[in-house]
Amino acid sequence: MSIATTRAGPRARITAITSGKGGVGKTFVAANLAAALAASGQRVLVLDADLGLANLDVVLNLFPKITLHDVFTGVRTIDEALTEVSGGFTVLLAGSGLVEYSRLTSDVREMLVESIATVAPQFDHVLLDTGAGISDVVLYTVSLADDVLVVATPEPTSLTDAYATIKVLASTQGRRAIRLVVNQKLPGNDGRSVRNQLQLVVDRYVSPGLDAPIAIELLGEVPTDDAVREAVRRRQLLHECYPGSPAAQAIAAVATRMLQGSG
Amino acid sequence: MPTPPAPPVPTAAPALRLETALALLAQSGQSPPDGAPGSTAWLQGLIDGLCQLSSRDALTGLANRRHFESVLARELDRVARAGEPALLLLVDIDRFKAVNDKHGHHAGDLVLKAVAATLLECVRPMDTVARIGGEEFAVALPNCPPAFGPMVAERIRSRIERLRVAIGLADPISVTASLGGAFAPQWVRSNLTLWLERADKQLYIAKQSGRNRAEFEPAVVSQVSAEEKGLLFGTTRWETGDTTYPEFPPSTHT
Repeated sequence: MSIATTRAGPRARITAITSGKGGVGKTFVAANLAAALAASGQRVLVLDADLGLANLDVVLNLFPKITLHDVFTGVRTIDEALTEVSGGFTVLLAGSGLVEYSRLTSDVREMLVESIATVAPQFDHVLLDTGAGISDVVLYTVSLADDVLVVATPEPTSLTDAYATIKVLASTQGRRAIRLVVNQKLPGNDGRSVRNQLQLVVDRYVSPGLDAPIAIELLGEVPTDDAVREAVRRRQLLHECYPGSPAAQAIAAVATRMLQGSG
Repeated sequence: MPTPPAPPVPTAAPALRLETALALLAQSGQSPPDGAPGSTAWLQGLIDGLCQLSSRDALTGLANRRHFESVLARELDRVARAGEPALLLLVDIDRFKAVNDKHGHHAGDLVLKAVAATLLECVRPMDTVARIGGEEFAVALPNCPPAFGPMVAERIRSRIERLRVAIGLADPISVTASLGGAFAPQWVRSNLTLWLERADKQLYIAKQSGRNRAEFEPAVVSQVSAEEKGLLFGTTRWETGDTTYPEFPPSTHT
């Protein structure tokens, strides 16, 4: 099922970015992390894997949009659908036309896997921006990835959903390594303690039933920052409009840690 | 010069061709619809009869695959909205081809009917039993607690094992079945294909592990208990490695 088994040779490292709860800045993190990785010389593709409810195009202000839907329906080729954006990386949009693919038939899965496998060799990193929730579609897209990056805010609902996501991924996909980015951190919060709290509950309630314990690695914490609000409003990347902002620096630090982790 | 459009040719109300429908009903053993032939009540009766036909398996009278999939789709919606646990069980007769080869297809049909009747005896009235393939059956069990699943599966397995199907004067035939079960993930909007695939994977494991057994997917636990939440938000006092709970207000129960 994994891309790794379908293609030989050097290939991109695939990271699924997921959250459980929606609206925690998953797509924002994906786009800006891609830009930060690109700034470090990496070839990066962001795939909007939120089939049907894609909004990467909105975040990045993209137009015109050639999407995977156009590829699946034979209107365009996959290379035409690869869109280079100003942040120095490439995006592949699922397209809202894919709403019908929320019924994840084996045809759709094959086309998705085939698409990723086709384009992956051109990149060092592929980021899958998954949908919110823990639907089968999200679980499926996450299953295509090598690494899982969970975006959570210190809010109780977000933490609960992040925890539920980790639980489900551990039991259904055998995930034992989870990477965490704490987003929208307020001055009173501390990413490390959020991570520790999650790790504690996972150790107590999830790991005991598994063959190996789950390790949650904090990749970074992005503070609540007016620069983020303004960048989102202007539909621009953070490092383009506010490269020196605390949030931009935090995202750059996440990229650095990510590169260290995957060698 | 454009020619004016031809006036519509007056036609009599088209005659309804109902002979085939009535013949199908009669052949399936259903009584003809009540009421005066051609009346609205009679036509409704005919439509009801056809709907019934299109949702049933002709040999066993169980739900057919089409009807079963619509039941599963409704169940998936209920699970996503209400979080009620629902189980999908696949039941496949072991080495059924050997029965057909050795005793003939008529005997095979008798076995299928007997297994169908046994399945109906093993489940609750609210459950849906279907024949979804040659010798493959499926049961949808709404509101089925996780511990209940293996119990039902074992009941089905042992009842089928004890079954003796009489075929004419020869010795009765006995068969076994393998079962695969998967729960719909609670509170999660799943889909039909994946749910069936997950149960099918367990059925495959049951077959590989020697048949005449039931296999279940480990439950997908996506709910977060109050206890877990308490620890997650640090509202529960927690000394590492030990269970030191906060002082709860004294219970008002007597």
